[in-house]
Amino acid sequence: MGVKLLLDKANVPGIRTYEVYRREGGYRSVEKALKEMNPESIVEEVKKSGLRGRGGAGFPTGMKWSFIAKPEGVPRHLVCNADESEPGTFKDRYLMEFIPHLLLEGLIVSSFALGSHDTYIYIRGEYAWITDILEEAINEAKANGWLGKNILGTGFECNIHVHRGAGAYICGEETALIESLEGKRGNPRIKPPFPAIQGLWQRPTVVNNVETLAAIVPIINMGGEEYAKIGVGRSTGTKLISACGNINKPGVYEIDMTISVEEFIYSDEYCGGIKGGKQLKACIPGGSSVPILPANLLLKTATGETRYMNYESLSDGGFATGSMLGSGGFIVLDEDQCIVKNTLTLARFYRHESCGQCSPCREGTGWMEKILHKIEHGHGTIADIDLLWDIQRKIEGNTICPLGDAAAWPVAAAIRHFRDEFEWHINNPVLSQTSNFGLQHYADPIHVPA
Amino acid sequence: MSEQNLFKVTIDNITIDVPAGTTVLQAARLIGGQVAPPAMCFYSKLEGSGGKCRTCLVEVSKGSEKDPRPMPKLVASCRTTVMDGMEVKNITSEKVLDARAGVVEFLLLNHPLDCPICDQAGECHLQDLSFEHGKADTRYEFQRRTFKKHDLGKHIQLHMTRCILCYRCVYTADQLTNKRVHGILDRGDHAEIATHIEKSLDNEFIGNVIDVCPVGALTDKTFRFKNRVWFLKPMDAHRDCPTCSGRVTLWNRGDEVYRVTARKDQWGEIEDTPDGKPGWICNVCRFDKKETSDWIIEGPREISRQSVIAQGHYAGNIGTTKPNETFKAVNDGRTPHLLMDIHDESEVNQPTIHLGKIQGPSHGDTFNTNNTHKA
Repeated sequence: MGVKLLLDKANVPGIRTYEVYRREGGYRSVEKALKEMNPESIVEEVKKSGLRGRGGAGFPTGMKWSFIAKPEGVPRHLVCNADESEPGTFKDRYLMEFIPHLLLEGLIVSSFALGSHDTYIYIRGEYAWITDILEEAINEAKANGWLGKNILGTGFECNIHVHRGAGAYICGEETALIESLEGKRGNPRIKPPFPAIQGLWQRPTVVNNVETLAAIVPIINMGGEEYAKIGVGRSTGTKLISACGNINKPGVYEIDMTISVEEFIYSDEYCGGIKGGKQLKACIPGGSSVPILPANLLLKTATGETRYMNYESLSDGGFATGSMLGSGGFIVLDEDQCIVKNTLTLARFYRHESCGQCSPCREGTGWMEKILHKIEHGHGTIADIDLLWDIQRKIEGNTICPLGDAAAWPVAAAIRHFRDEFEWHINNPVLSQTSNFGLQHYADPIHVPA
Repeated sequence: MSEQNLFKVTIDNITIDVPAGTTVLQAARLIGGQVAPPAMCFYSKLEGSGGKCRTCLVEVSKGSEKDPRPMPKLVASCRTTVMDGMEVKNITSEKVLDARAGVVEFLLLNHPLDCPICDQAGECHLQDLSFEHGKADTRYEFQRRTFKKHDLGKHIQLHMTRCILCYRCVYTADQLTNKRVHGILDRGDHAEIATHIEKSLDNEFIGNVIDVCPVGALTDKTFRFKNRVWFLKPMDAHRDCPTCSGRVTLWNRGDEVYRVTARKDQWGEIEDTPDGKPGWICNVCRFDKKETSDWIIEGPREISRQSVIAQGHYAGNIGTTKPNETFKAVNDGRTPHLLMDIHDESEVNQPTIHLGKIQGPSHGDTFNTNNTHKA
């Protein structure tokens, strides 16, 4: 059993209610932070912990907090990004649904550290029932003096507001989230200025993922240095992984980032192996936007070392032979899955979710989907594969926000590692409609089209 | 601007000093020519515009004097402010040209290319852009997107299929009018300019959206299908307008005023009035004053953009200067010898043959007997 910091109390009956949560040692970190520490020392502690943003990009949280501008007389804001919309990622949902007070506790401590008196939770529109759970938890916390004016008699004031989105993936991008929170169309802003300087209502703002903010609680409770001892290298602490796909035990798992990918997939403690005793074909290890990896490159890196479930190991080899830990949406594909169809599904999603603000993403995502649709339905040509490669190359890095990259990477990785399967689809237009390429042959993993 | 606020920036190996806060694009425009990146969505008179079309992407090979690291990605020059000692590559960077060709392809992907029937043809930024950076053919083989038609009232015609979603008209309505009634509906490649629900744009300054539109998505209904811009004579004119500056360009043919627009500079943007404010014009000037007698004509408009409008005759002082060198002077006093000097060679000009005697259509053989040049 690995260390559990976030989900250790998840199975206690009634942990969703304030009484049980408090009885199990909840809100200790707020007492410690507000009474024994000051904002600077909390930021120091988070820096020491080496906590990296759990939303996908993995940016060090302590550093992000230290960037926040502190002009006189201007309010600052903390925004919790609960707009978890990446296909394959559902860890925040679990956390908020079952232990809402853990998020609130992390939010109060973080608000104190950042000097935010009005803190917002921007929650995905589809999580309507979780909004109710969070609001109930906020009312409970307020009734017990953890929110509102003069918390614990320290004079610190903090209010948490829950704001529901309206079902747009793009509003998970921090500047689009801020725009949406301001009541505008959810278009990402052009950076700089970064939210830490000009964010919500032009005020300094920090936007953090739900899991990141929840992880503040154990960091304060056990101290940053202790927290940093868990895990390996720059991947400190624990990470929630939402595993799904063709596995025996889909669900949310807390791992301490020292276990290998192979252990995570096959051990009974976690995914419990591939469903139906089938073979592993490929895996998207960090949510739909990260590059897909074939089984051979997933379990071992290109240099033959064992791949572990952490930031560094999963991105070993760059995009040519590696991937990313991302948000922890672990999607496993067995031998019966068609990579072309899978890529089409992802491309369709990104086409649908592009905000339409900048031209490469707006036009390119639609174009890629149409070409993939053509290939999938047996009308493709070999030239289409090279065209796809060229389109994704021209989207990546040329857009305002990372959605363009997120749309380009899955297509690029699928072509990079599974070009054979695309070619088989094109050369067998009739057969490919009824049967599957299976595990016939992987394309050369290092092969990168010019 | 004091001395220490001048930043030294090098764009395509040309160094220029610009005030702090200038964007890379504006610095490049000061240098001018090919160095200035094309801009489809940026409009210097509209606050917050730019960054969307990605045609102005440039490579920053040196961040600044203090932090010489290059920027990892190409940046939108219209929204990136210069730093002291910054080095920028525009047309000298292969990466930039490649990305720009990609962006042009993306912009043209769903564009209907109905230039032959589009009123914007001849003064269209997308035409210029695709001429300079685009390819001759497209790799797109699917149906282009279409939209449900929206009526924007009696003055402005919307062709959503031509729109490149630059958001300029949205910013114009935000910044010139007190209540914007149109905006972007939907998202992704089905995003469209529309009103919610079916309203007409009738603010007295809303006509300016026609001037800021880089393509033919928003055109003047009073000018629709009346004439091609290159057949018209642009004339600077003004009138004493109670609501706006009244400084306009009239587009005449003969004495007839076909349309009225604001005065545009070489970047296709509204020119400033002498008091330094942007010369937006009101709907009355634009749509209703279509008689020459309404206006005080100042003279021909100088069109310096490389558009088909300027191809005619309107650059420089028309009719007042004569070319310094004649063909004869250049040719050392010899008269030009035309390549097809048929009048000297053929018998047509010879009095011995009466043209009426040539039976039927004339043929080369008719003249061959006397053709001394042929062996």
